[in-house]
Amino acid sequence: MDIELKLIRNTLIIRLKGEFDMLKAEKIRRQIDERLQDDQVRNLVFNLEKVSFVDSSGLGVIIGRYKKVKEKDGNMYIVGAQPVVKKILVLSGINKLVPLFKNEQEIMKV
Amino acid sequence: MGIKNYVHFEFSSLPENVSFARACVGAFASQLDYTLDDIEEIKLVVSEAVSNSIIHGYDNKTNQKIEITVTINEDRSLEIIIKDYGKGIENIEKAMEATYSSDPSRMGLGFTFMKSFTDEMDILSKPGEGTCVRLKRNFTNEQKEAFS
Repeated sequence: MDIELKLIRNTLIIRLKGEFDMLKAEKIRRQIDERLQDDQVRNLVFNLEKVSFVDSSGLGVIIGRYKKVKEKDGNMYIVGAQPVVKKILVLSGINKLVPLFKNEQEIMKV
Repeated sequence: MGIKNYVHFEFSSLPENVSFARACVGAFASQLDYTLDDIEEIKLVVSEAVSNSIIHGYDNKTNQKIEITVTINEDRSLEIIIKDYGKGIENIEKAMEATYSSDPSRMGLGFTFMKSFTDEMDILSKPGEGTCVRLKRNFTNEQKEAFS
């Protein structure tokens, strides 16, 4: 799984690609947490457009980062979840905490 | 009730094998009239069960054994059995609670997903001996919609 991190002002955009399971979860968690130590990073955007699979290990990373962002009084968003991934997000209830958007441009409008 | 087809395989408790296991079961299950949606749900439940075996059963030890048997029954139901020889589950009821996890960084959603996407789920576990999870899907999503 590929990960691309991009900082725009105080928002870290995390673009993931591939299957987000236990094999990838730990590595991705570490990379994001490293960036979250930077005071400048307050908001997170998970771009899941190119994620074809997610299970509870992947979801655990997303939920865990939500808690960290809230500690920093920041916001978190999820964009581009494909139907198969969106179904899992909804079943987990994460969508009640983290707003889901179609793409990164939609968030910029908010 | 006779068995129409089955596959049995075993592999090391390596995180790399989680995707292998779900892809194998997904490919085998595609012999049934499943949609992509069904296959994705089947892959998810396998992923959860195998991840549980590695993380909880074997405490992430990588040189242990996980076995999977997948059966297509005469009535076109699909049965998946995932077995490990790890430390077992002390309290199955507690493990199945939606937000319970023995590891606080995880969410304990694995069993919730397994229950949501199967029609039957049984867990046999003995502390110190291992855990065997049996998951069964009796219908395809299309059949369920037709019934409802």
